[in-house]
Amino acid sequence: MSNDESLAALLREGLESAAACAQLAELEELRVRLLGKKGLLTERLKSLASLPAAERPAAGQRINEAKTAIQAALEARREALARAALERELAAGTIDVTLPGRGQEPGGIHPVTRTRLRIERIFRDAGFEVASGPEVEDDFHNFEALNIPADHPARAMHDTFYFPDGRLLRTHTSPVQIRTMRSRPPPLAVIAPGRVYRSDSDMTHTPMFHQVEGIVVGERVSFANLKAMLHGFVQRFFELPLGMRLRPSYFPFTEPSAEVDIECVFCRGAGCRVCKQTGWLEILGCGMIHPKVLAAAGIDAERWQGYAFGMGIERLSMLRYGVDDLRLFFENDLKFLNQFP
Amino acid sequence: MKITQHWLGEFTPVAASATDLAARLTLAGLEVETVEPVAPPFSGVVVGRVLECTRHPDAEKLSVCQVTTDGTNRLQIICGAPNVRAGLTVAVAMVGARLPNDVAIRRAKLRGMESNGMLCSARELGLGTEHDGIMELDGALALGEDLRAALDLGDVALEVNATPNRGDCMSVLGIARDLAAATERRRLVHTVAPVPARCDATFPVRIDAPAACPVFATRVIRGITAGARSPAWLRERLRRVGQSSISAVVDVTNYVMLELGQPLHAYDHARLQSGIEVRFARAGERLTLLDDREYTLSPDHLVIADARGAVGLAGIMGGRATAIDDATTAVLLESAHFAPEAVAGRARRLGLFTDAAQRFERGVDPSLPLRALERATELLTAIAGGEPGPVQIVAAAGAAPATVSLRRERLARLLGVDVPDEEVAAVLGAIAERVETGAEGWTVSVPPHRFDLRIEADLIEEVARLRGFDAIPELPAAAPQVPGEATETRVPAERLLDAIVDRGYREVITYSFVDPVLQRRLFPDAPALALANPISAELGEMRVSLWVGLVQALRENVRRQQTRVRLAEFGRKFVVEGGVTREIDVLAGIAFGARLPEQWGAGRDGADFYDVKGDVQAVLALAGDAAALRFEADSLPCLRPGRSARILRDGVGIGWIGELHPEQVKEFGLPGAAILFELEIDSAFSAKIFKYKKISKYPSVRRDLAIVVDEALPLAVLREHVSVSATGLLTELRVFDVYRGPGVETGRKSVALGLILQDSSRTLTDSDADAVVASVVARLRDALSATIRDQ
Repeated sequence: MSNDESLAALLREGLESAAACAQLAELEELRVRLLGKKGLLTERLKSLASLPAAERPAAGQRINEAKTAIQAALEARREALARAALERELAAGTIDVTLPGRGQEPGGIHPVTRTRLRIERIFRDAGFEVASGPEVEDDFHNFEALNIPADHPARAMHDTFYFPDGRLLRTHTSPVQIRTMRSRPPPLAVIAPGRVYRSDSDMTHTPMFHQVEGIVVGERVSFANLKAMLHGFVQRFFELPLGMRLRPSYFPFTEPSAEVDIECVFCRGAGCRVCKQTGWLEILGCGMIHPKVLAAAGIDAERWQGYAFGMGIERLSMLRYGVDDLRLFFENDLKFLNQFP
Repeated sequence: MKITQHWLGEFTPVAASATDLAARLTLAGLEVETVEPVAPPFSGVVVGRVLECTRHPDAEKLSVCQVTTDGTNRLQIICGAPNVRAGLTVAVAMVGARLPNDVAIRRAKLRGMESNGMLCSARELGLGTEHDGIMELDGALALGEDLRAALDLGDVALEVNATPNRGDCMSVLGIARDLAAATERRRLVHTVAPVPARCDATFPVRIDAPAACPVFATRVIRGITAGARSPAWLRERLRRVGQSSISAVVDVTNYVMLELGQPLHAYDHARLQSGIEVRFARAGERLTLLDDREYTLSPDHLVIADARGAVGLAGIMGGRATAIDDATTAVLLESAHFAPEAVAGRARRLGLFTDAAQRFERGVDPSLPLRALERATELLTAIAGGEPGPVQIVAAAGAAPATVSLRRERLARLLGVDVPDEEVAAVLGAIAERVETGAEGWTVSVPPHRFDLRIEADLIEEVARLRGFDAIPELPAAAPQVPGEATETRVPAERLLDAIVDRGYREVITYSFVDPVLQRRLFPDAPALALANPISAELGEMRVSLWVGLVQALRENVRRQQTRVRLAEFGRKFVVEGGVTREIDVLAGIAFGARLPEQWGAGRDGADFYDVKGDVQAVLALAGDAAALRFEADSLPCLRPGRSARILRDGVGIGWIGELHPEQVKEFGLPGAAILFELEIDSAFSAKIFKYKKISKYPSVRRDLAIVVDEALPLAVLREHVSVSATGLLTELRVFDVYRGPGVETGRKSVALGLILQDSSRTLTDSDADAVVASVVARLRDALSATIRDQ
């Protein structure tokens, strides 16, 4: 067998052995056997010296080619083995991604608060300030200053909680209007959300509930402005292009006064159980601030005018989230509260 | 009040459809609450007459009737009513008729006799509850006419809510007047033809309080049959508006009040002594009213009195002693005006609610008494006979009608829209007889029934209301060019809520008034504000802490099988100090059950003080001032001593945290401990604007120490000593273990501290760090008798 033939045989054997290696250690043994200091190919390179000078370059080139090919084969095999090893490791480390995550569960905000915060947000963005006032009020701020003198028939509509000394729990958030107007000069744009109290408890009344009061006072603040503001509000609140209508009504502290109806959010005006087939839902009361109220707040009613509105937060919350029983809001049953993210 | 569509139509044209009518009234400010047909649907019932009526041969209570429904036919109908008799005009349900409640009338045999239809009672037709017998119809009705047409059963009843300022709309006339103005711009003028006197009987009247009672009209009617039954039309009309028929006199006074708005009163003439006097009550004067209850009056109650004393509470209710009954043969009719100020609130104070008081306190037309008296006389004499005497009227000199001006500029400025002059004039002309037009606007003479028109704003409202609010456009106001608020001087409430909620708490809203018994149990020493008129004893006083409501809410949820509960509330407590009430906004919470929600890979350890302290610290950290906070061992009666603390910020108390006292846990029936906290918003969450500190670019060095100290030594003290002795190089002190047990003597504990040291100007060497540790160790040995573990 010529040198060339035995080299070819060696190369073939080397390539086959490399491809057959199942372990990195075997691969290393093969490398040492072929390419190590005393490896078969290394020996061949050493034996070049024994050839005639004219044959040496060609023979050397052939051996080097064989060596490069074997090196590449060894490297390729090494990579394949490493990849397989990694794959085995990853497969062994597989977890069940459908098991629940660990740790604390988040709680949630009460739907009435959630509604209040949204209302505040809408009006704040429209330039309103948010104010608050005491819940234990006096007769002046809750009634007198709002043009509801003693014995006024409108007092019968407010079933008031009293304290023995004559103070009372505010029956509406309107006293905050008076306090705000008395505390600083117009122009003003203020809303006052908060708890209010009336001695009434049945399917549709709880003795405590929440209102938001709003007032805007300026030199040219008009009924037309009021309509635009409220219509914008209901559309933002319900995120629907709802129709709105104002019905003349009566509140001692506004004139003209109106009840605001919106297109029923459930049937979109077609008539359903919730809107009692009318297509309309009453959601708030409003009007132009009565001159006597401005006067009681120390504001010149000839120069300044404005509008006021008030709404029940629970009512809006019920319509928004489809809650059909007011009392649920105050039972604080986690099975109810947990439904609100 | 209830009215009917056809009654209203007697005064002004009304829309053919009741729904349209309701919509028009509602959009004019007279809210229509309900619209109901006056009779349920039925068909096949006609007017008939009983020709013959004989006893059923085989049934004692049945009658065999021969009935005609056209004058010539004869139908045999068996009837069980006790009042059936020959000659009676009756409602005949023909064979094939459909009655309410799906009753179908068929040919039938009753005890062997054929019956071709049914004679109906009012109740069978849904026309009331009377079931004493069959309906007795007016003999003048045409035979064979469909009963629905004959009795006008296509009429519709509407419940109309007049607002409290519109006393003038508490009558059919008043509603008609407003409707005419709103829909036709027409001023409705009401007149009544006088009924001439047929005898000269009168009764003396004196008014002692002319301001409270400016008009007092009376009329005697002699020889009447007071107990007469009202005719069918009157009883039916009253039924349609929800009133029951009592007797002719009572029905007529009610009817006139409903129709015209004037409350009337009828006295038994024979029971009045000498003369009538209208005066204020004497202190302590007693009067038994028609409700048979005796009332003690005060000097601001206006009364009608005769020689013996008060006989009626003016404008509210008549007295028992002079009331009419079936034996009455002569009545004195009273039709008076009482000023709203003289009536307002009086009825309510006595626990009374009457139609008369409701109208007088809102204001009744002072020009109405005479017309109402004539109308009542007309009706009463027609029904119950009798001879009316002349009308007697005692009246104070009438004040000139009020005039109110409306400026064009003001109208446009307030409504935000220009209303054409002719429209304003038309609207005002529909309200008032006299409207003067001037350069700046209009001046209106207010009609006597409009108590609500006194100032310019009242007229602006009328223009807006009667034109309809839809006629006012929606005009957005120019955006206010005012900078908004973005404060960092306090933590926004929303941020606080988000923070506590993100730590697993559910926000709740509990009542501000609580059960005094529970509150006393938790806060035995705290004075509270008690309500004078609580809705129930359990909601009797204002909460002095949110814990009262939270503990109850926890208990309720535990009863509903919840095993792990985290509740938080953001609200106001009402603290009484030295007789002064302070309303303090607080954030409070309660935690109960396992530390973590049930999950795989975690234990079921119960939450303890430190879990909740972690929540509290996380929330307080929002104020950016953690170094100012201190938790000081302290307790409240409702908290477990040794496991509760007062929270201070810069030395000022801002709240409490602690475990509910084991006795309370038992009392409330809780199956385990609960941890509570409460933080005062203003003092806890006023924020400091954070100031940046330069970051050191040199590496830090860490040294760990296990210090053995007395069990009772608070970490705060240990920390203080470490800080003082570590010179300025200590940037952070971590506590990474607290150990008691083998290797540490009883009564002592080992606290593992990690000291993070860093300098701002150079890299620390090992010997720098060793020096700090030596200094700390020396200090702890000397000051706290501490020993160092494992060294």
